[in-house]
Amino acid sequence: MADLETFRTETRAWLEANCPPEMREPARDDEDVYWGGRRATFKNDAQKAWFEACVAKGYTVPAWPKEYGGAGLSPAEAKVLREEMSRINARPPLSSFGIWMLGPALLQFGTEGQKQRFLNEIARGEIRWCQGYSEPGSGSDLVSLQTYGEDKGDHWVVNGQKIWTSYADQADWIFCLVRTDKNDKYKGITFMLYDMASEGVTTKPILLISGNSPFCETFFDNVKVPKSYGEDCPAYVGEVNRGWDVAKYLLGHEREMISGAGGGERSAAIGAMMKRHAVKLGDELDPVLRAELAMFDVDALAYTAMGEKFLDEIKVGKAHPAQPNMMKYVGTELNKRRHELMMAVGGSRSLEWESEDTGGGKPARGWLRTKANSIEGGTSEVMLNVISKRILDLPGA
Amino acid sequence: MPLYHNDDQAMLADTASGFMAEEGNIAKQLRHWRDRNCKDGFGHGLWKQMAEMGFTGMLVDEADGGLGMGHVEAGIVLEEIGRNLTPSPFLTSSVLAATALKHGSDDMKGRYLPGLIAGDSVFAVAIDETAKHRPSRIATRAEKSGNGFRLTGSKSFVVQGASADMIVVAARTSGSDEDADGITLFAVPKDASGMTHDAVRLVDSSMATHTKFDGVELDGDAVIGEIDGGRAVLDAMLLAGRVGAAAEGVGVARGAMDMTVDYLKQRKQFGKLIGEFQALQHRASHLYSEVEIARAVTIKAQQLLDAGAESADLMASVAKAKVARAARLAVQEGVQMHGGIGMTDEYDIGLYMKRDRALAEFLGDAFFHANRVATLSGY
Ligand SMILES: Cc1cc2nc3c(=O)[nH]c(=O)nc-3n(C[C@H](O)[C@H](O)[C@H](O)COP(=O)(O)OP(=O)(O)OC[C@H]3O[C@@H](n4cnc5c(N)ncnc54)[C@H](O)[C@@H]3O)c2cc1C
Ligand SMILES: Cc1cc2nc3c(=O)[nH]c(=O)nc-3n(C[C@H](O)[C@H](O)[C@H](O)COP(=O)(O)OP(=O)(O)OC[C@H]3O[C@@H](n4cnc5c(N)ncnc54)[C@H](O)[C@@H]3O)c2cc1C
Repeated sequence: MADLETFRTETRAWLEANCPPEMREPARDDEDVYWGGRRATFKNDAQKAWFEACVAKGYTVPAWPKEYGGAGLSPAEAKVLREEMSRINARPPLSSFGIWMLGPALLQFGTEGQKQRFLNEIARGEIRWCQGYSEPGSGSDLVSLQTYGEDKGDHWVVNGQKIWTSYADQADWIFCLVRTDKNDKYKGITFMLYDMASEGVTTKPILLISGNSPFCETFFDNVKVPKSYGEDCPAYVGEVNRGWDVAKYLLGHEREMISGAGGGERSAAIGAMMKRHAVKLGDELDPVLRAELAMFDVDALAYTAMGEKFLDEIKVGKAHPAQPNMMKYVGTELNKRRHELMMAVGGSRSLEWESEDTGGGKPARGWLRTKANSIEGGTSEVMLNVISKRILDLPGA
Repeated sequence: MPLYHNDDQAMLADTASGFMAEEGNIAKQLRHWRDRNCKDGFGHGLWKQMAEMGFTGMLVDEADGGLGMGHVEAGIVLEEIGRNLTPSPFLTSSVLAATALKHGSDDMKGRYLPGLIAGDSVFAVAIDETAKHRPSRIATRAEKSGNGFRLTGSKSFVVQGASADMIVVAARTSGSDEDADGITLFAVPKDASGMTHDAVRLVDSSMATHTKFDGVELDGDAVIGEIDGGRAVLDAMLLAGRVGAAAEGVGVARGAMDMTVDYLKQRKQFGKLIGEFQALQHRASHLYSEVEIARAVTIKAQQLLDAGAESADLMASVAKAKVARAARLAVQEGVQMHGGIGMTDEYDIGLYMKRDRALAEFLGDAFFHANRVATLSGY
């Protein structure tokens, strides 16, 4: 405990010295979020300085081992760092599917060579990854996917189409589910890693209801994927044809992340949030709206406690393995409700789509974006199916 | 503090759940006493047994002969009480009155605590004066009279009032009805003259009283804590009681949910187990999520209270409100998913619905506590 206190003091001092003031307020637009990658540019010097300081310290991926670019923090230390960062509202230095999704899967299933190469690249923000799971015909029923990789000895030739691939047009590499055996639904999928600059890969952005287009249709036309990138560094994670295990593991992580179980504004109570943003409610608040806000805060604060309990239990192996599905279900439904209420609190002001005052319609666009929370990474209905089957053990579920 | 039970607490949970399922179950206690139209609504034998198990004096300091445990531990017992719908004075005596008595004089502790710890006496609290929980408004008056006080007024929904040996009464010694100050708490013996108890059976078969004080003469040593400064003690008592009621509510919700999920796995219609219908699966899974979350925030509130954290007050109201809503959902879905049989007296699911209604109302319902959450959050 004394060690943790020392760590807290040191961390606080380090953040004080290294986190520029500009990085201590919530991101206002997409440019405030740094995603890294080959084509990345920094918005300003502060963003660059903050990012570089974190890379040097291993703080882009604090809990990863040092040899893979992390800081090797224990869960308790990582929690202290999170707390100290959120105390000063520090922005994440790097946002990345590599950190949130691929990294954990590589730590679990990767070879030493893969870890050395890919984890370090991710930690240093060198390569930006995208996730190639969904296809036009395979969403919730992901295992029905059709993209096919034909075995040509030392390489595959991949043909097919992915959809909803977030930031595919800006990504450098893709982690992609590809069918390599048409005879076995589950044991015929390989989890491949390849360069989006490969010949035959094309992307086409999809415009969302929020007016943004963060994701794409992705097409593979005779893409040649080598089976290996060098010694102990295969182009696939896990075993050939056993990618479904990796995919499922990764989905678990993704659901945990989307649920906001780690805390942050996503599940925060509205009361506290409005205070932080200095929204004056006063007499303008309709009593019925106030009542809905209060009931929401009850649910949000209770969910925050659940998130804490869940993380505490994960650390000691007490959590039910299907619990992330529950967290994802409740967290995303809550976040949608939260944005509905924020729109109501904002009134007509929150309708503005392009004004400077609203940062280019941030409230409205943000509200629309949340509607995807209960779809992306597995829909609410699919989460409920999993709870029925794996936790409640209901028949035929 | 991690949000799960440590080894000692997990052991206590095992003991409490075994004991309550064996001795405090619905057939042996709730139905037994209800069917006999028992005037107390609970069995003194079980109360004595709970004392022998060491449950009754959990929140009493060791120096005063108790176990000096915390609200997490009391909550463990309460959750099992809720799950088995066990009628007992645990919440009023061992949580509310025990918390009030912490502020009493040594003399008062000596007079009352041994009986409480031994399970020989029953304690009740008299706070509310209207049908809804409104502790901010206290009109019952205690006027100075000789060395003591004269108590006049009335209280409603005094749970266990008819069986109580002593009632903790919140009365006004100065100021007007809505004032925060000017409250004094009294330990009023059951046989004090001028006091009448109009006992009523409630929907859940428990007994409560409408208690009237018609110039009840009290000695000066009946005062708990400071004269005119009783609000702080009252608040401490309410806080403990709310967190305790939340824990019992979690038990009610889990009991109803478990019964329902079991039923879904047994009942066949249309040639299938009804648990195979996705329409019911999704609702059951939603219910499970709500109950788990209610349980998490209740443990959070217990831990904050034990740590003496300022945020315990907010979290207690969050817990009480969240549990009330989760338990309501559990009993409603429970009766509905049982179909017609859920409407019969013979089947236990309806008993959960009745208990939920009474427990939710006790010390403030979901609306009361959500309103507090808004106020405490500054809007
Ligand atoms: C913002 C966003 C970002 C995304 N990013 C990516 C990405 O980067 N990479 C990627 O691969 N994918 C991504 N996705 C795709 C996402 O994973 C899918 O949208 C999701 O899995 C649902 O599939 P679907 O859209 O085909 O819906 P469908 O599967 O067609 O579902 C339609 C409706 O039917 C319901 N339904 C389906 N099956 C069942 C069932 N068995 N029981 C009950 N109800 C059912 C669903 O719940 C839903 O309400 C993203 C999606 C969004 C919205
Ligand atoms: C007060 C009362 C009065 C009554 N009076 C009469 C009367 O006068 N005459 C008479 O003949 N009957 C009477 N009934 C019986 C009544 O019609 C049945 O209770 C009703 O049809 C439901 O059947 P069940 O109770 O067997 O429930 P079940 O069919 O066992 O249903 C249990 C649960 O499963 C759900 N369920 C069942 N099948 C499905 C499905 N395919 N998909 C999704 N969910 C499903 C139900 O909705 C319910 O929630 C009465 C019942 C009550 C409660």
